[in-house]
Amino acid sequence: MILLIQYTLLFASVLMLVALGGCFSEHSGVINLGLEGIMVMGALGGALVMKYLPAGTSAFVIVLLVILSSMLLGMIYSSLLGIAGINFSADQTLVGTAMNMLAAALATVIVKSINISENPDNVSSTVQYVQAKKALVVNIGDFQFNWFMLAAVILLIASHFILYKTRFGLRLMACGEHPAAADSVGINVKTMRWAGVLISGLLGGLGGIVYITAGVSEWKFETGVAGFGFLALAVMIFGQWKPVNIALAALLFGFFRALSNVYSGFPFLAALKIPGSVYNMMPYVISLIVLALTSKNSRAPKAEGIPYDKSRR
Amino acid sequence: MKKNKKSLLSEPGFQTLLASLVCIVAGLLIGYIVLLIINPGQATEAIITILKNFLTYGSGKAAMKYFGNTLVKTAPLLMCALSVQFCYSAGLFNIGAAGQYVAGAGLCLYAALVWKMPWPVCLLLSMVAGALFGAAVGVLKAYRNVNEVISGIMLNWIGLYTVNMALSKVKETASPYTVAVSSVNQSALLPTLGLGALFGNNKYVTIAIPLAILIAILIWVILNKTVFGYELRATGLNKEAAKYSGMKEKTNTILTLAIGGALAGLGASFLFLSGYEQWSVTQSSVPSMGFNGIAATFLGGLHPIGTIFSSYFIQHITSGGSYLDKAVFPAQISDLISAIIIYLCGFVAFFRYYINTHITKRSKDTANSNDVPVQTAAPADDNKKGGDEK
Repeated sequence: MILLIQYTLLFASVLMLVALGGCFSEHSGVINLGLEGIMVMGALGGALVMKYLPAGTSAFVIVLLVILSSMLLGMIYSSLLGIAGINFSADQTLVGTAMNMLAAALATVIVKSINISENPDNVSSTVQYVQAKKALVVNIGDFQFNWFMLAAVILLIASHFILYKTRFGLRLMACGEHPAAADSVGINVKTMRWAGVLISGLLGGLGGIVYITAGVSEWKFETGVAGFGFLALAVMIFGQWKPVNIALAALLFGFFRALSNVYSGFPFLAALKIPGSVYNMMPYVISLIVLALTSKNSRAPKAEGIPYDKSRR
Repeated sequence: MKKNKKSLLSEPGFQTLLASLVCIVAGLLIGYIVLLIINPGQATEAIITILKNFLTYGSGKAAMKYFGNTLVKTAPLLMCALSVQFCYSAGLFNIGAAGQYVAGAGLCLYAALVWKMPWPVCLLLSMVAGALFGAAVGVLKAYRNVNEVISGIMLNWIGLYTVNMALSKVKETASPYTVAVSSVNQSALLPTLGLGALFGNNKYVTIAIPLAILIAILIWVILNKTVFGYELRATGLNKEAAKYSGMKEKTNTILTLAIGGALAGLGASFLFLSGYEQWSVTQSSVPSMGFNGIAATFLGGLHPIGTIFSSYFIQHITSGGSYLDKAVFPAQISDLISAIIIYLCGFVAFFRYYINTHITKRSKDTANSNDVPVQTAAPADDNKKGGDEK
């Protein structure tokens, strides 16, 4: 039972962070379908830092560096969306899809090249971080507390505050609702959209590292992040683009994802003899049902996905 | 002379070709740089290996045989690309092609291996499975306003797990692969009609390849010469206008995605019923065929005929990547190049806009400075065609 709660909280943290990222990007008016790719790159950044940090590094430094490197790599990678989608008015769906494919290929190439250069016989795309991962967790009785959970809660509160209580957040949302009106009162739409995309990169990158450290101590980069970036988008839609609702939606989805990890530990679930694939499928099925029920009255930002063209004001 | 050059540049078809070539060159260049970073000494050799693909075997029978193998994998890729392209004409981004492909593979293999059906039935069933997956996305989009990209991705994963579960019934005992179609049910293998003999007796070269090309042409005809195709393109250009002029946009959305799904599903049977590959029931990621289809579609300038060539190109470099020395370079370099090419395709609209504004500006300038007498007629011409001044 404790294990189920632990995994639920972990996966909910991942989904919430990435969904909040999507939330910032969409509120600024840019659809970020590249979150999946951003997660992969963030995960890569964190994993490599864990791999290369010397053995004696203190836990605090490890946690800090891992978080910072994931955020940084996610942000850098998200600028691909910024350049194409904001400055060159490219089709955001196409660019997002390309980013997902590019991230999977790039991460595999990087990790494999590192592995090959260390040992020509090792052509796998796996990074191991058994030692460093221990710094990320604190055991409280049976419950394994993960520092990322704390980071997720802090970022949730910060996101809510920034979006609704600061001048920046309100301006950001104006650019997603009615960019021409925002522009007419002197807000630089392109700058605000860039800010939205970069914040989504930061949060998406962090979500990536949380995902690949949830319950495992190595990651095979060929598998990417198994559609989690898109699950996060479903969470965001279900949460109606509002941080607090997103957090609740993430808990629900996180629960179903956690179930596929730990179902064999429950006697009554194991007795049902349902194949593991069914549990693996569950989060995707739930999200389809949820989307079908909630998308009709969607509160999506009005101008999302439409490149801003000043000359059409 | 000058006039010809200008009208060529303002020709949409030529612009598309130029844009695609620029994307390819830039993609290859970036791929080459990545190779240089990994291993400067062997990078040049590696990029040549990727580009040569089957020509690594020199010319003659062996090369033809491996050329055949590339074609065998081009056929399903082309079908996935056509699926994406067909839906994109109606303004729908069918990222679910990957899942429709998986569904098609699942049902056609199940029919071939468990029910022991002959190949025409298997082909048909693969289309049905793909169409159902596509229609599901369509229904969700039309009636529940669910973004087709997100529902498509969800169905990709649902499809993968379902197919893995269903096909684990017919897997080989010692490996995670399904049993070979040729060993259980010869009648499910696609006929070669002697095509194999042309490719160094490659038994995997089947009617799938000419069929895929015929379907590409058929798609072009449907899109450009039928009322249905016209309605689709109208919906893609402006959904509200299409609705206002009495087109049933909901039915069209569902139908479009169902046809797209059928195409992708058929693509899967083109590969798996040739016996070239077996399905691995432990695969934990959605096959890349559907996603590469997106690359091929956009590289082909969103034109069914262009897609034939771009699909071949994408498959050519993907196959070429597998000839790299695995102890030095990862084969995924090819995926990297394809991904960069798609990313760059995002800039094509801007590229066109730039060319068009540049040309019209230049032709206006010359019209103003050179030929004052005809200037009265020039503006009208200017609007229609870039370089029509005397």
